Amino acid sequence: MSATATGESAENPLVAGLERLPVHPTSLVIFGGTGDLAHRKLLPALYNLAHEGALPERFEMIGVARREKEDEAFQDMARESIERYSRTKPDPDVLEGLLSDMRYVPGAFDDDEVYAELERTLKQFDEQAGEQLDRVFYLSTAPQFFPVIAGKLGEAGLNRAEQAEVRIVIEKPFGYDLASARSLNTEVLGVFEESQVFRIDHYLGKETVQNLMALRFANALFEPVWNRNFIDNVQITAAEDIGIEGRAGYYEGAGALRDLVQNHMLQLLALLTMEPPAAFEANRLRDEKLKVLEAIVPPAPEEVGAMAVRAQYAPGVSGGSEVPGYREEEGVAADSRTETYAALRLHVSNWRWAGVPFYLRTGKRLARKVTEIAVTLKPVPHLAFQSSGSVGVQCNQIVLTVQPDEGVSVSLGAKIPGPRMRIRPVNMEFRYGTSFMSQSPEAYERLILDAMRGDATLFTRNDEIEALWGVIDPILTAWHEDTSSPIPEYPAGSAGPAQADQLLDGDRHWRRL
Amino acid sequence: MSEDVWSEHDTNPDAIEAALRELLRERHAANDGLAPARVLNLVVVVDRSWKGEIANRLERVGRYHASRTVLCAVEERRESLDAVVVMSYEEPVPGSIGVIREQVEIDMGERHLARLDTIVDPVIASELPTTLWCPHGHERAVEALLGMTDVLLLDSDDEAEPAEALARAVELLDSAYVVDLAWLRTTPWRERLAASFDPRQRLPDLRRISGLAVRHKQTSTASALLLAGWLSSRLHWQPEALQAVDSSGLRGAAQRNGDQVEIELLSADQSAPGLAGVTISCQPGFSLSLDRGPGGLRAREQTGQGTKREWQVLGASRGEGGILGEGVRQALLRDPTYGPALDAARRLCPQ
Repeated sequence: MSATATGESAENPLVAGLERLPVHPTSLVIFGGTGDLAHRKLLPALYNLAHEGALPERFEMIGVARREKEDEAFQDMARESIERYSRTKPDPDVLEGLLSDMRYVPGAFDDDEVYAELERTLKQFDEQAGEQLDRVFYLSTAPQFFPVIAGKLGEAGLNRAEQAEVRIVIEKPFGYDLASARSLNTEVLGVFEESQVFRIDHYLGKETVQNLMALRFANALFEPVWNRNFIDNVQITAAEDIGIEGRAGYYEGAGALRDLVQNHMLQLLALLTMEPPAAFEANRLRDEKLKVLEAIVPPAPEEVGAMAVRAQYAPGVSGGSEVPGYREEEGVAADSRTETYAALRLHVSNWRWAGVPFYLRTGKRLARKVTEIAVTLKPVPHLAFQSSGSVGVQCNQIVLTVQPDEGVSVSLGAKIPGPRMRIRPVNMEFRYGTSFMSQSPEAYERLILDAMRGDATLFTRNDEIEALWGVIDPILTAWHEDTSSPIPEYPAGSAGPAQADQLLDGDRHWRRL
Repeated sequence: MSEDVWSEHDTNPDAIEAALRELLRERHAANDGLAPARVLNLVVVVDRSWKGEIANRLERVGRYHASRTVLCAVEERRESLDAVVVMSYEEPVPGSIGVIREQVEIDMGERHLARLDTIVDPVIASELPTTLWCPHGHERAVEALLGMTDVLLLDSDDEAEPAEALARAVELLDSAYVVDLAWLRTTPWRERLAASFDPRQRLPDLRRISGLAVRHKQTSTASALLLAGWLSSRLHWQPEALQAVDSSGLRGAAQRNGDQVEIELLSADQSAPGLAGVTISCQPGFSLSLDRGPGGLRAREQTGQGTKREWQVLGASRGEGGILGEGVRQALLRDPTYGPALDAARRLCPQ
C-alpha cells in the first residue's frame, strides 16, 4: 500500500498520528555507487536515515560502478564517505549494521552480466527476507548512461516485479535540450511506467522550497495580492560567489542556463506562480506546475537578444583575493562561449500574471552567495505625504530567501521619528532559524525516502520536464547558433554584467546582491 | 557559546523582565545579526536541591532548546526571590544570523507557589506558547500556572503508581495539551510496528493478533501500558484490567470481536528507561518480536509455516536527553492518538 503525501495510510490503522510514515522493505541499487554524488550525498543521506530509524525495517543496498572492487572495498569507501560527510556523528553500531550488508557489482553499464549479477543478488535478498522486497534503481551516473541502464534493466526483466514495487530514480540533468529530454523520456517510458519514474531535482527536497508553498497557501495574507493587480515585478536570483571549482568538464557542456535556470529557478518560478492545488498530492501539484510552465511564453528567435543576456566572468577579486577569469580556469577552452551568467525576462501569460515581468538571473563568481525571490508590489495609488527629506515611500517588497539564511522579509514604509511626516522603508523579518528548533534534513534524505515510499510529489513528471526545457530551448538554440558575437564579461566578484540591466523596463533595477 | 548575564538578590518579576529586555536590547545593538529564538517558553518548577540535575538534563536536549526557559527552584522556607538571567548565543559570521536563547532562574519559597502565575507571567515571552514541566510534583505550582499553560510536559514513568500517573494525565488533558515522556519512549516501537504491518500482505494480520507481550524496565510500566493502550485503541480492542501475577509483571486480555488477545507486560533487566522489547503473535502461528540491541532493534519473525528469521532494524538510541528534547519539540505538534491510548491504558491498569 502506498502512503499518501498527507501522511495517512488508507488502511493501516497504526499509521495515524505518526510523524514518520512506513517505508516498505526495499533493496536500493545505486548505479554510479562510487561516484561523487554517492560519496558526498547519497551514502551520508542513507546513514542519516539509518541513524534516525527511518530506513525500512529490511533495507539492502547494492552499488554498481565500472571499477573492479570487492564488497569489502566498497563498504570501506562508504564508511569513509559517511564519516566525512554525514550531518550526524556516526554511531558505530548503526554504521556497522548499515555497511555490513552492502554489496557491490562491478562492470560496464551496458554489460548484460552486470544485470544478471544484479538479479541474482536481488533474489538472494528476497530469499533471505522471505518476501519480495521493493526495488529502487538510482541512476547517479553520467547522463549518457541513463537510457542505457533503463534499457538494460528492461531487457533483464528488472523493471517489473510480481509482488513488489519497482522504481527508477534519475538524477539531473534530464536531457540537455528539449529534443534530448523528449528522447530520454521516450526511452525510459518504453521500459517503465511514468508512475515508476522519479526524476530528481534535489532543490525540490529543500525545506525552504517547500516552505514557499506553505507561505502562499497557508496564509490568507498573501493570496489577495498575489496577482497582476498588485505585483509589479518578480526577481529570482541564484547567485554564487564561487567559480566552477574544477568542474570544467561538466560546466563547459552545461553553462548557467542549463545548470540552474532550466531546473531550480524555473521550479521556483512555477511554485511561486501556480494556482493552489486542491491537495498536496503528486499529480495535483504537478498538474498546477505544468499549467503555469506552459503559460510561460518562450521567446521567438528574434526576441532572444532582448529577453536574455549571457556573460562570462573575467578576472577580478573575490573575497579579497585575485581570481582568474572563466577562460583562464583549468580545463576551459581559451575561446569558450559557455555562459557563466544568465539573466532572462519571462512572462506568464494567464489571467493572474499577464503583464508582470519575471526577471531571473544566475551566475558564478558574483559578489555574494544568495538565492532569493523578490516580489515587488505596485506603488500606492496616491501619496498624501511629501517625500522630501527622506528616501521617501518605496514599493513594498516581499523577499523570500532560500539561502543562506532561510526566511521572509517584508519591506514597509514607516514614519521617521520627528516632527515631520517623513517616511522610509523598514523591514519586517522572519527567519526560520529563530522560529523552529529542528535542523532541516538534507534534501536527499527526504527525496530518497519519498522515492522508496512511492511519493512523487517532489519529483518532476515527464510533461513537466519537457515544459521546463521548452521555456529555455529557444534561448539555447539562439546562443548556440550565434558563434560570432562577443560574449559580454563581468569582473569576478561583481554583481554581473551591465548588459543585464537592459532587460529591466522603466525605472526598475536589479536588487543589490 | 557566549553569554550575557544579569543577576539580583531579593528581586521581583518586573526587574527580571526589565533585565531581559535590556540584555536583548544591548546585544542587538552590539550585533544586529543576533535575534532571539521565538518558538516557545518552557517553565520548569523544581526542588532547589535538584536544580543542577534538571539544568543538566535541559542542557542535553540537543537542538530542541526552548526559546525562553524559566526555571523556578523552590526552597521550603525562602521568603524572597533571587534571579539570574542568562542570554546565550554564538556570534554569527557576517551576513548571517545568530539565535539567542534566554534562561531565567528564579530561586523562590514554597509560599510563592500559590500565586506563581504572578511571578512567571511577566517573565515569559507573551506571544509564544508556554510549556510547563514540574518533574518533582509541585501540584500547587501546576494549579497556579494551568491557566497560562498551553502544554503540560510530564513523565508518567516517574510516578511510583502507574495507575495514578495515568489518571493524573487524563485529568490534566482536560486543561491543556499533554506531552508525556512515557508516551514518547514508545514512539520508535509504534513506528516500527506500524511499518511492519503496512505491506499489503501483512496488513490482515492486524485483525488476527492473539497475543501481545511488552518487555520494559521495571519503572517504565506506564510506557508499557501506553503501548498496549495504543494497540487497543487503534485496533478497537476492548481492554480489561490486567492482573499482577507476581513481581515480574501484569497479565490479562483484551476482547476483539469475541476473540481474546492475551496481554503481558513483563519487567526486563534494562538500565535505560522505557521498553526493552515487544512480541506480537497472530493466528495461525505468526509472531514478530522486536528487542533492543546494539545499533537498533533485533527483529525475530516466525511464519505460520514455522520458518524463523532474524535481522537488525537500524536506528540509534536517542537517550533520555533526546526524549526530553523530543518532549520540547512535541509541544509544538499535536498527536491525536495519545488521548485514546491513554484511555485504553487506564482500563488495562490493575483494579
